[in-house]
Amino acid sequence: MNAPMNPRKLRITTTSLSGCFGCHMSFLDIDERLLELAALVEFDRSPITDIKHCSQHCDLALVEGGVCNAENVHVLRELRANAKILVAFGACAVNGGLPAQRNHLDVGQCLSQVYRTPDGSATAIPDDPELPLLLDKVYPVNEVVRVDYFLPGCPPSADTIWKFLTDLLTGRTPRIEHPLLKFD
Amino acid sequence: MSETSNANSFSIDGQRIPFTPGQTILQAALAAGVYIPHLCHHPDLKPHGSCKLCTVIVNGRNGSACTQMAMPGIEVENNSPTLNDRRRVLLQMLFVEGNHFCPGCEKSGNCQLQALAYDLEMLAPHFRHAYPVRPIDTTHPDVWLDLNRCIMCELCVRASRDIDGKNVFALAGRGVDSHIVVNSPSGRLGDSALSIDDAAVHVCPVGAIMVKRVGYAVPIGERQFDEQPISRQVDYLAARHIPIVPVAATEER
Repeated sequence: MNAPMNPRKLRITTTSLSGCFGCHMSFLDIDERLLELAALVEFDRSPITDIKHCSQHCDLALVEGGVCNAENVHVLRELRANAKILVAFGACAVNGGLPAQRNHLDVGQCLSQVYRTPDGSATAIPDDPELPLLLDKVYPVNEVVRVDYFLPGCPPSADTIWKFLTDLLTGRTPRIEHPLLKFD
Repeated sequence: MSETSNANSFSIDGQRIPFTPGQTILQAALAAGVYIPHLCHHPDLKPHGSCKLCTVIVNGRNGSACTQMAMPGIEVENNSPTLNDRRRVLLQMLFVEGNHFCPGCEKSGNCQLQALAYDLEMLAPHFRHAYPVRPIDTTHPDVWLDLNRCIMCELCVRASRDIDGKNVFALAGRGVDSHIVVNSPSGRLGDSALSIDDAAVHVCPVGAIMVKRVGYAVPIGERQFDEQPISRQVDYLAARHIPIVPVAATEER
């Protein structure tokens, strides 16, 4: 049988914005299926590779976490500009998730509460220019850039991620339904 | 012969549904084992027609299956892509309108809103989130009220009024300012007549009215809508009666 001659591997970029890396951990939970995946894809910018900026022409971007600060916005826009398909990966990317529980609080009050001295007499909010500024609210990914697919779950289970990726890699429209579809 | 059978039956998506006069389309459908998505309906309470999830097309016109009476020979469209698309949009609007944070909610797995979203394959809320600021009331010794999750179906209002005879809850405000209020001098649940045995405590389809100290006694993964999607639990939906005699019935005796 004539195997196709070295089909181009798809380039995947992943990032965790305002997330806990739980979705990435769940991604690694696909275990030995990672080897199958590695035969089909190569990783670009990702916590797995430690590449800092994604290259042009990525095929797939998995974005974990909501958008909570200015750096998140830059990273997200970079991924959107360079990836053909961008996926909101996990609950926080889909609806803000746990970080968005600060959304009913004033961000200034939040900072002064967290960074005040123990006796409450003074606050020392870090203002190093290297630190990205917080946004007023934590935003879901789709409220900042266009999103192609949503993969909910906190985190999405390894089986859910595998189903999604295999659907996508084999050219099917990804379909996540019971019992793989979970918001928690 | 077909005329006699038509006299007490109608069709949903081409399937014959028998009914007894006085039944709504939803009641007849559930009794016949046919699923119509719904949130604000409860078998023991008067229809409300507010969530619009059960909207069906009856002889070409939209109508709420929970309020519209079953009539001989009507043709009802229910499980169609068009209607399910609309239902998904309604769910998405409910999700962005409140603060529905499933990973941190004790109701997850028992929540009808979540179960409907799973069943209709709602992957994301789509609309811009409102992130409203809403209070939590923990003043009651046995029950807490989290208005972040309230969808204003008024099931608690109806149960408290018609079954418990206490009128603990009411809907106040208009439009986006609509919210559930508690009937007590302070407006707090702890000062109201509510008790843990009240039907109003147990009819909430979401995680807005929660019993304290129960939490995760039934673990996530073993809950009502974990095993089977809600659309395959018609028997449960039709028969989840409240084991409390309505006050109206006791007064008649």
